[in-house]
Amino acid sequence: MHPAPSVIVFTVLSGAGFGLLAFLALGAVEVYGPAAFLLWGVGYGLTVAGLFVSAFHLGNPSRALRAFTQWRTSWLSREAWASAGALLLLAPVALAAVMGGRLPGHFGLVGAVACLIAVVSTAMIYAQLKTVPRWNHWTTPALFLAFAATSGAILSGQARIAALLCLALGGVLILAFRLGDGRFAAAGQTLTTATGLGQDGRVRQFAPAHTGPNYLTREMIHVVGRRHAMRLRVVAVIFASLLPFLGLLVLPPVLPVMAAVFAVHLLGAFVARWLFFAEAEHVVGLYYGQRQGGPGVRWV
Amino acid sequence: MTALPPPSAKKLGLVIDLDTCVGCQACVTACKGWNDQGYGAPLSDQDAYGSEPCGTFLNRVHGYEVSPEAGPAEIVNFPRSCLHCEDAPCVTVCPTGASYKRAEDGIVLVNEDACIGCGLCAWACPYGARELDPSAGVMKKCTLCVDRIYNENLPEVDRVPACVRTCPTGARHFGDLGDPGSAVSRLVAERGGYDLMPGMGTKPVNKYLPPRKKGAAPEAPLSPLIDTPATGFAGWLDRLLEKI
Repeated sequence: MHPAPSVIVFTVLSGAGFGLLAFLALGAVEVYGPAAFLLWGVGYGLTVAGLFVSAFHLGNPSRALRAFTQWRTSWLSREAWASAGALLLLAPVALAAVMGGRLPGHFGLVGAVACLIAVVSTAMIYAQLKTVPRWNHWTTPALFLAFAATSGAILSGQARIAALLCLALGGVLILAFRLGDGRFAAAGQTLTTATGLGQDGRVRQFAPAHTGPNYLTREMIHVVGRRHAMRLRVVAVIFASLLPFLGLLVLPPVLPVMAAVFAVHLLGAFVARWLFFAEAEHVVGLYYGQRQGGPGVRWV
Repeated sequence: MTALPPPSAKKLGLVIDLDTCVGCQACVTACKGWNDQGYGAPLSDQDAYGSEPCGTFLNRVHGYEVSPEAGPAEIVNFPRSCLHCEDAPCVTVCPTGASYKRAEDGIVLVNEDACIGCGLCAWACPYGARELDPSAGVMKKCTLCVDRIYNENLPEVDRVPACVRTCPTGARHFGDLGDPGSAVSRLVAERGGYDLMPGMGTKPVNKYLPPRKKGAAPEAPLSPLIDTPATGFAGWLDRLLEKI
């Protein structure tokens, strides 16, 4: 799948934002006044910036409000509701903290649940797709949740919890890479099932339907970067999980350290999210000669 | 609403005969021609006369080579377009309700005025039936020529999808696959019509007819001549050359 920068930035930033908002909503840190303004501001800033960037991958962003209508069937619509809901529900909690006060715990709890639903909804947009076997697995929501929780814990200064979450994130990342590699074959789709031809599997692409690129080849039959996939996986695990873990373990949990740890973690998160898209293969590629060792056209 | 309607009794769709398709691309051209005018945003082209032409199409014809255990390989031309699935995954993922399946005849359509161009429906389709038009920013897909098949301003013979009307070999058939007695349903039953990627659980309405079994390939007509012993002058020359 095409690793569109707008979608990568959106999912990473809003995930981190929702993670931080959830930690703040649950009262993980006691901050009031200007400190609360800064911390809640970072949470809202990341989330809103991510949601804003997400509009860039729409063909008609001016109609984006219509995405709120189909929450009964569409995960994308549920994501819109949960995101807007979390931001609205947490506004009084944030405001109270900035004013130096505090609302009863229920307010924050409801908001934190909305943050959780928002992150899971984002993940389910990908996990629901049978057409992309690598994503169509429980590791996808686990991965998105692990990233949101880790980012949120680091940003809210929860050094111990963050260190544990870093380890968990590393585990989920490695598991998602390993299990993901076998998913396409396990889904059982081949050029034979796609075309009904060559029951013994002796079918190959002879002539592509078109010699230039089209929407499908650009969006779903993206093969760029798979050559470096292994190296990038190691980079993702080291930066998103291992280095932040070590940093949290040995360095004192002061602001500059936490900021540096988050920067390193964020870099790893971007690499991991880029791989999440770049490594995912869509079954429509079968029609274009992908995954059969034949002379498939390489679209870059 | 992007919830799927209960299965309709009428299931309009296409039956594509892979035995007769010659891969002339006339259906591709006719589809593009018809959908450049009338229904919805026109199918645009980018850099049409430049070095990297690219465009939006609702129908594409691939070519595959099938090699049997014995005998020569066979080329099969394979048109690919929307299959108007009964369990259309492209409909339920839509966040705006723009993507829908008609309750009355099962045609899957896009309400382009409500489409935000997020592309999720195209991701959900296993068959690559949907292409986002970069000019209009909305999702385009086969409409089964909904503006032809019910159009009483057209002569009756033209009230079929443009691809079906134009196919010079009669490889494309249009009809009601929900009616077991219809011509298309009988054709599917007789020829063993099948679904594409049945494992995806989409229950396509469109069916494909397999290429008919060909007999053993006849001996090449010139092959007996290869071993004809040369006689006369040619024979003498042949023997002479052997000795040198």
